[in-house]
Amino acid sequence: MDIKAGLLNGDKRACARLISLIENEDAQAVELLKELYSMTGNARVIGITGPPGAGKSTVTDKLAKLLRKRNKKVGIIAVDPTSPFTGGAILGDRVRMSDLNTDPGVFIRSMGTRGALGGLSKAANAAVKVLDIFGMDYIFIETVGVGQSEVDIVKLADTVVMVMVPGLGDDIQAIKAGIMEIGDVFAVNKSDRDGAERTATEIEVMLDFNRGAAYRPPVVNIIAKDNNNIDKLMEAIDDHYEYMQNSGNYKIRKRNSLKTEIIDIFKYNVVKSIEQKSENTNIIDQLVELALDKSIDPYTAALRLLKELRSTES
Amino acid sequence: MDRPIRVVVAKPGLDGHDRGAKVVARALRDAGMEVIYTGLRQTPEQIVETAIQEDADVVAMSILSGAHNHLFPKVVKLLNEKGADDILIVGGGVIPEDDIPGLIEAGIAAIFTPGTPTSVTIDFIKNNLKRN
Repeated sequence: MDIKAGLLNGDKRACARLISLIENEDAQAVELLKELYSMTGNARVIGITGPPGAGKSTVTDKLAKLLRKRNKKVGIIAVDPTSPFTGGAILGDRVRMSDLNTDPGVFIRSMGTRGALGGLSKAANAAVKVLDIFGMDYIFIETVGVGQSEVDIVKLADTVVMVMVPGLGDDIQAIKAGIMEIGDVFAVNKSDRDGAERTATEIEVMLDFNRGAAYRPPVVNIIAKDNNNIDKLMEAIDDHYEYMQNSGNYKIRKRNSLKTEIIDIFKYNVVKSIEQKSENTNIIDQLVELALDKSIDPYTAALRLLKELRSTES
Repeated sequence: MDRPIRVVVAKPGLDGHDRGAKVVARALRDAGMEVIYTGLRQTPEQIVETAIQEDADVVAMSILSGAHNHLFPKVVKLLNEKGADDILIVGGGVIPEDDIPGLIEAGIAAIFTPGTPTSVTIDFIKNNLKRN
């Protein structure tokens, strides 16, 4: 299969295969992304996050359908957790998106976290690039159901939608650090349920602490399964995007994301190099033994690895 | 790198019983596979699109409604039309013995009827993949 030609000609199989190659850390995929990187940057990237069962997949499904009515092409990356024990996963986000399967203007890809801890999979960033090159106008990234600290989505999305539901905790939850700080737009889903009003108020109060901030995230009450207020949610997402553009914050966010990405790739390459080197020399195991009997400490061991790496590259 | 096998577990047609499909999905997960679960009442077109977008190695379908002779071969045909002939296709559910040869003929690699230990399905998948 000619992946490059397929990708540029709208062949979904090529797009899907390239994402697999990225997930499997295939060198060919990196070469292709290098070559096509200049074609990225046209899609708007929207993160959908929130606790398990909040309705992230349903919200994504409804927003995607709204955008399809506006003739926009939509890519969706849906992440579910990988078992830390077996490496297996049940990726079940498509269950809520069945009607979108056969829509030619939609591409949905499920991903397991494969060991990543920030609510995304390691390949999510590159998968966004692939869908961008593939010509999607909007790309949704649905994170795993988050707890309190899975905030990696903020590095990837132009706008982060935090999907909340009534009944998950009291107002102290709303002022904790972590995921509640990364929402650009808050959606209170299942807002026909008891306690929805209170949940919305608690979020509003939490957001009002930052009085004087140039941007104050809105709170939108929705009932995603009934398509209730989805248009208002999209409007809030658009307003945020416009604010980011006009205020110059969009560029700042992009710059920060790129910095993180470059450093992440660097770290990955360094670790991979030393692991490869250690395959022949067993240097890592040797250092582990030394640290075990306390001849050296782990800090010194790490520095020795670094030296080892340098000595091979010079 | 050792990559996980990706399996689409699908329920084609109209029956609303997915207990068996879920048991198989769970067993495949525990065998280290990435299972893309589609949910109930999928058309062959939906299953094929899912398999392509997910770049699946395997499509595993379960039918309890009796429509297997129609729906299983249709999925094979549509996948072949899309050039996705490197996907292993297996079926399960309440399938009469007499129907199995015809289904194998139509391109279903194996049929697992009720009572099949999940380990049999897992081993079959691991040993019969059409891609590396």
